[in-house]
Amino acid sequence: MTTRRTQSRPPAALVGLAAVGALLFALPLAGLLGRTPWTDLPDLLTEPAVLDALRLSLITSLLAALLSLVLGVPLAWVLARVDFPGRSAVRALVTLPMVLPPVVGGAALLFAFGRQGLLGETLYEKTGFLLPYSMWGVVMANTFVALPFLVITVEGALDNLDPRVEQAAATLGAGRWAVFRYVTLPMIGPSLAAGLVLAWARALGEFGATITFAGNTQGRTQTLPLSVFVTLQSDRDTAVALSLVLVAISFTVLVVLRDRWWGRR
Amino acid sequence: MAALVASACSSGAGRSGAGSGSVVRVFAAASLAEAFSVIEPRFEAAHPGIDLQVDVGASSTLRAQILEGAPADVFAPADVADMEILLDAGAVDGTPSVLARNRLVLATPAGNSAGVDSIDDLADPSLLVGLCAEQVPCGRLARRTLAAAGVEPSVDTDEPDVRSLATKLAAGELDAGIVYRTDAVASDHIDSLDLADGLPAELVHLIAVLDAAPNPGGAASLVEFALSSDGQQLLRELGFEAR
Repeated sequence: MTTRRTQSRPPAALVGLAAVGALLFALPLAGLLGRTPWTDLPDLLTEPAVLDALRLSLITSLLAALLSLVLGVPLAWVLARVDFPGRSAVRALVTLPMVLPPVVGGAALLFAFGRQGLLGETLYEKTGFLLPYSMWGVVMANTFVALPFLVITVEGALDNLDPRVEQAAATLGAGRWAVFRYVTLPMIGPSLAAGLVLAWARALGEFGATITFAGNTQGRTQTLPLSVFVTLQSDRDTAVALSLVLVAISFTVLVVLRDRWWGRR
Repeated sequence: MAALVASACSSGAGRSGAGSGSVVRVFAAASLAEAFSVIEPRFEAAHPGIDLQVDVGASSTLRAQILEGAPADVFAPADVADMEILLDAGAVDGTPSVLARNRLVLATPAGNSAGVDSIDDLADPSLLVGLCAEQVPCGRLARRTLAAAGVEPSVDTDEPDVRSLATKLAAGELDAGIVYRTDAVASDHIDSLDLADGLPAELVHLIAVLDAAPNPGGAASLVEFALSSDGQQLLRELGFEAR
């Protein structure tokens, strides 16, 4: 394993600003750790409401990551490889959830898939199935905010691929699906993994769209972030303990995966 | 200006002058946000030179901020309990007054297509029912009321505050819920039914000048205005009950 190092001393101004940047993240984390009720932690974290929220958060964020993969890779591929009218509009549409306040996203989901929604009304009348107030509503809200992270990461990787590699494979007789499966996909592997992790992390932390669209019920729709928010109003210790779980999970996964997939070059 | 001096003196709390350019800061519960946004322009018109600043938040949060030294003049929480904590801590100047009363109502989307007609219907699992989360005052009060009525609700969502619950009811995404009467009055898309007498569905909003108020004179003027017949009329129009 080789490491690249700058030989001369780095500019002081750069290092100073980088330190300020790092502090911006480190200080709030230190504040959280400082307020953590360490001795009560085991009791707080084994409360049924906490375990329910943890379980639901893991299930829904993983399902959202999976859905993002299944829908996001084809979406990224089409955006990168197929020239069609309105492509930039579709690209803007796909990235919209990244800049939209999640609460607005949740309300928009409700207008589309709620009981009175564009599609939701028909769905409810025909089948009695309702996305809001169900675990699938949480998965939907999570996917809505997470999918763009995967799409832009993968589309960026596809744009940077040398098209001649794919052309060569095609010339050698590979069908279009075979080219995608055996040439394109392996080459964008690291970016795909990065996009997938980003999407999963975003889904795990999702709050605004979930509470607006799916509601808040213990064991069914109350994920960790929702549990933190409602608990914070009455019981700070439990809220802090819950936040710590969220931080610990995300931090561990990000550190481990970063090293394995796209760090340490 | 004359009116200002008169009111500051008549309240007997004119320790520091509520002169021109003075600021009065009230810390008010989220459920009183509408009330103070209506009171603000009328109060400022009646007291030229006073700028009323309204900080709205969860009562428990505001109470904690006051105890940590936030420069508030007046406190108006949703829950009597939050005022009692400040009283016990000696943070209140004098005795709190009753500002207004609010009341829980059974709320449905306008038209009430599910045919909800009593609090017992909240136990029906085939209806979409929403309450406030039990961590916030409207959720605590609703659960106390349901327990007193002997109803075990079949809840589909515990909303983080009464506004988001009212929004879902108004959008027709819930069949029934329990909100404050003021929330039902504020929305054309919500119908409401009064709950039976005798249920503990009443919420009392207290108001008090704080001991550490930077502007006690202005604070006293605000409390006096809110309790005056003009102030009380404004509150009644929003659906509050007279004190």
